[in-house]
Amino acid sequence: MAAGTAMEAISTATREQFAAHEMEAAAEEFSSIVQAHRPQIFRFLLASTRDVDLAETLTQECFLKAHRNWAGFRGDSSAMTWLMRIAINLEKDHWRNRRLQFWRHTRTNSVNLDEASEWLPSGERSAEQQMMAREQVAQVWKAVEGLSARQRTVFLLRFVEDQDLSAIAQATGLSEGTVKAHLSRALVKVRAELRGK
Amino acid sequence: MMRFKTGSPDSRNEQDAALDPALEQALKNFRSSIHAWSEAEFSKPHAVRVLRLTSWRTAAGWALGCVLAAGSIGGGLYDHHRRQELAKIATAEAAKQQKLADEQRARKDDEDLLAKVDNDVSRQVPSAMEPLAQLMAEDEVQ
Repeated sequence: MAAGTAMEAISTATREQFAAHEMEAAAEEFSSIVQAHRPQIFRFLLASTRDVDLAETLTQECFLKAHRNWAGFRGDSSAMTWLMRIAINLEKDHWRNRRLQFWRHTRTNSVNLDEASEWLPSGERSAEQQMMAREQVAQVWKAVEGLSARQRTVFLLRFVEDQDLSAIAQATGLSEGTVKAHLSRALVKVRAELRGK
Repeated sequence: MMRFKTGSPDSRNEQDAALDPALEQALKNFRSSIHAWSEAEFSKPHAVRVLRLTSWRTAAGWALGCVLAAGSIGGGLYDHHRRQELAKIATAEAAKQQKLADEQRARKDDEDLLAKVDNDVSRQVPSAMEPLAQLMAEDEVQ
């Protein structure tokens, strides 16, 4: 009888140890996910909002939400796709909430297109090439600003985050056909802007 | 019309090949620009938003606190004023009651005095009228 009780106590302690170890492992795994994907999520949100503070806030919220739901992540898609989906939904919610506010159009923290176009990697380019590149970037930004929210998301995921269509479809919850259609329309607009139309 | 395919990096190259060189170059520059911007911003510490939210929350907290404090002080003052008014009314009422009681007492004293005087006067009747006075006293008793 006493031996049985002792065995039970040992097995409870083992189970607790195992659970603690599992939790620790999950925390470590999530920490590595954050380190690996935070820059990419931030970049996507920065490109979507052109607002550094907002991008930072939404990135934090994204990982907070991911942490809360980490146990429910089944790995059907990659962690990056899952995180991107959370980020897209957060951004959508943010604009939806803003739409309810009367100061909807006051994007006080968004940098303007010229400012956003200033950023170029310091490659071995001539001043003329740099200027041309800057002009092109400004034109693309202008076209991006004219895109619908979905077109913009799809466009940025494809041409900034370099994701393929199936990953974009998973992250946005759209079919691949719809993604293709959005991308095609977005490119038509960007091309038109580059041609000065 | 350009064609997009999904899946492997090879198919991505095929997609990119469908873009004309000018567009491709512009998109490449756009991508590089955002990457450069993001890297520069990402490496900076970002406390601005948090601070602003904090200050906004602090301001809201202070405003709410002020409203509550003003409300409680106002409520307290009103209550104090109301209590004072009630006390004044109660004092006036008590004074009125006291006055009435005094008047009643005074009236009673007068009546008692008059009665006593009457009694005394009635007792000091001449001895010739004594039987009559006694009769009156007996009538009163009856």
